[in-house]
Amino acid sequence: MAETGELKAGAIALQRFGLGPKPGQGEAARAQVRDRLLAEIAVGSVAQPEGVTFSGAAEIGKALYDFEDQEKREREARRVSVAQAPQGAQVANAAPQSQMASAPKPANEPALPYRTYRDEVKARVDLALAAETGFGERLVMFWSNHFCIGATKSNMSRIMAGAYEREAIRPHVFGRFEDMLIAAESHPAMLDFLDNRQSVGPNSPAGRRRGRGLNENLAREILELHTLGVSGGYAQADVTNLARIITGWTVVGREGVLGFPGSFAFNAGLHEPGVTPLLGRRYDQPGKAQGIAALTDLARHPATARFIAMKLARHFVADAPPRALVDRLALTFRQSGGDLPTVYRALIEDDAAWRAPASKIRSPQEFLLASYRALDRKPDFGQIIGPAGVMGQPFWQPSGPNGYADDNAAWASAEGLKTRVDVAAGWGRQAAGSVADPRVLSEDVLGPLLSPETKQAVARAESKPQAIALLLMSPEFQRR
Amino acid sequence: MVDHDDDDCERMTPSRRAILGAAGALFAWSFVPKFAYAAAGSRDPRFLLVILRGALDGLSAVPPIGDPDYAGLREGIALAKDGPEAALPLDGFFYLHPAMPNLARLYKQGQATIVHAAATGYRERSHFDGQDVLESGQPGAGATQTGWLNCLIANLPAGEGISRKGVLGVGVVPPLVVRGDAPVLGWAPPRMARAGSDLTMRLADLYGQRDPGLARALAQAIETEGLAQRRGMAGEQKGGGGPDTADGMRRIAEGAAALVGADDGPRIAALAFEGWDTHANEGGAKGRLANLLGGLDGAFAAFEQGLGPVWKDTVVMVATEFGRTAAVNGTTGTDHGTGTVAFLVGGGVKGGRIVADWPGLKPEQLYQNRDLKPTTDIRAVAKGVVSELFGVSGPVLAETVFPETGDLKPLQGLVV
Repeated sequence: MAETGELKAGAIALQRFGLGPKPGQGEAARAQVRDRLLAEIAVGSVAQPEGVTFSGAAEIGKALYDFEDQEKREREARRVSVAQAPQGAQVANAAPQSQMASAPKPANEPALPYRTYRDEVKARVDLALAAETGFGERLVMFWSNHFCIGATKSNMSRIMAGAYEREAIRPHVFGRFEDMLIAAESHPAMLDFLDNRQSVGPNSPAGRRRGRGLNENLAREILELHTLGVSGGYAQADVTNLARIITGWTVVGREGVLGFPGSFAFNAGLHEPGVTPLLGRRYDQPGKAQGIAALTDLARHPATARFIAMKLARHFVADAPPRALVDRLALTFRQSGGDLPTVYRALIEDDAAWRAPASKIRSPQEFLLASYRALDRKPDFGQIIGPAGVMGQPFWQPSGPNGYADDNAAWASAEGLKTRVDVAAGWGRQAAGSVADPRVLSEDVLGPLLSPETKQAVARAESKPQAIALLLMSPEFQRR
Repeated sequence: MVDHDDDDCERMTPSRRAILGAAGALFAWSFVPKFAYAAAGSRDPRFLLVILRGALDGLSAVPPIGDPDYAGLREGIALAKDGPEAALPLDGFFYLHPAMPNLARLYKQGQATIVHAAATGYRERSHFDGQDVLESGQPGAGATQTGWLNCLIANLPAGEGISRKGVLGVGVVPPLVVRGDAPVLGWAPPRMARAGSDLTMRLADLYGQRDPGLARALAQAIETEGLAQRRGMAGEQKGGGGPDTADGMRRIAEGAAALVGADDGPRIAALAFEGWDTHANEGGAKGRLANLLGGLDGAFAAFEQGLGPVWKDTVVMVATEFGRTAAVNGTTGTDHGTGTVAFLVGGGVKGGRIVADWPGLKPEQLYQNRDLKPTTDIRAVAKGVVSELFGVSGPVLAETVFPETGDLKPLQGLVV
């Protein structure tokens, strides 16, 4: 019996900390899950997606500016051609040949920002489908949501959404929290998403000249969502002061005055001068160093440790995780100076995280990835973004800077569940040709979790597509 | 399997077992063709709550152009009472944003009331805590996973029928305000082909044996789908914009109106429109906020048309988590603030009025020298509306639906 219990705990853990087994992987993967997860932590890195068009934000920014300039030229050319219809030959001359040829666009291809987003989503999903346990990819998803940006905000956030995760999140998932924090807050995608690129110190040279001023959007969310948490003990004055401290953190414009177009720049001309207090400390560093110092202190604040510990435990273990577990994770976070591998190790080694019943319903993205893994399918972009969107969790598009919800109350709703049934019915139809026997697949993928009731429901299904849908919608597959 | 098990409504509601029974009864209902609930001659009210997520700028939606300090605070986005893009006149002091002609018409017809300088009791500036307070009805954030509309129907007098019909939450993720132990129906604008009913029935059976939480949610989804089919909503267009677009708002409003307008449908619903967090480039008569307000205005028309014969008994309440700064920020937008507007719209509204104890816009009149000072509590408005519409007693409202609001009297006379 003890051995059965061990296997069952391992089966739950594969779903709780990973993305669920692929066919033929189940039995082997379920043995010694904890050791496998600890070994992944020891390796200490996550892979980078392959096959994306642009290596990084700077390159993307340049391409985006070129794209926008091109669009502007084409719009103007159209206006001219409407106004001067008989003189069409002049219109072609309006844009030099070299620029016209720079971005050949195949028929029916979406514009550059969406095309880039599409390729980035596909590459990211390919990586998650190929991963062994998927633990590293789950951590990427967790942090990407913690430090989320929204691709629907602008062309820039759309085109940079993938690069943001590749540059600000992935390199630090197995690193230190403060490094990820600084990387996220200084990334062009974040500075665009939460408006800091437009924020101007009122007493900076630009502020005095143009009468422009602060935008406190990013500063507030750094405190509320990224570090201390809403009850972490800050006041309105701290929000405004942090906004002052990070004035000048901006994105290089198309002229490239401060660096490569589209990359991060500190613009001293926008920075609020002087010593600024924050949470009882004085920050007197010059320029960008002031913001780095403030973020570093925020990363090490005890409230941040508690907030991150709670979010990790709630994400992986239960909507209301054991308090003692949260306390232990927070202590580990503080004692290790925010060393994330040390915190993950504490989570994986903690029996409270291991023995909790499978109560959480998988998020739509987890459900999508686990299903495609279980069915051994390689979805195209439409098969990724369509289901993720209807289930309420398209990639990198939360409706606000607090990211997607992380509890059953949000995902296990009446309409949410019914939508999952619709999606699973579609997947059943798509996979019916490749799945030899849904009963065998159920045993393979669920192993010791497979209940007699689900086993019977799959066996009695009226068709293979229906049997597959029942497997994917079974409580054992849905909860982790 | 685990379901959430808070909460403050617990002692007032039937036991979990009874609730599961009720869900089962709902499940059975979907096979009954039609019901007639309302006793002849009595009012059969409808209440829809629209939540604007992101904090609506009340000073742009309903600009106090008559206030001498308004224009100075709003450089770059101020609305004017004259000119080609003039705001729509209300009472000579307050005007309405020009993107809202339907609301102006309803106001003139006595079917819309505007509450200004309003807020909940929440005085910080976090969207998410502000929405939590607005939707939970609790004095503070994070107290419960039950919304005040769910709590309300759980506490309506037995035999009303309204409780049994449940509360409708629109969206794949239902708003907190409807969540809780009382039946929650879910609906969202269709975006893909629905699964066959045989698969759904088999899953309902499997969940019934294995997973009460999933069983309950699925039963409620089945109930709503049956209702939608009976209302002829099955063949609607797929796709379209999200809840932060005019198209999405209209489709959401049409769907909610069709379900709430049905004889055998829910009487209470909540829906959410998004995108109101206008930190930068907010725009004046045209622009980002204008587009959103136009979407909301289109939703009012969709409600009016979709609810048809029951519009006369309907109150639509529109509320947001808080307002925005009185002054424009450094990027021609506004940051998080406090006081804002709420709207009451519908044939059941004693309208054509502005409810406002105007605090003024001089620096010392602002809340923390920064925001429009709230002088009317949105909870008092909500309490007034639901007490008159549904006959809920004062103590239930003050202790259970909106706990610790004994000192906050329901605003009287809001309903016809």
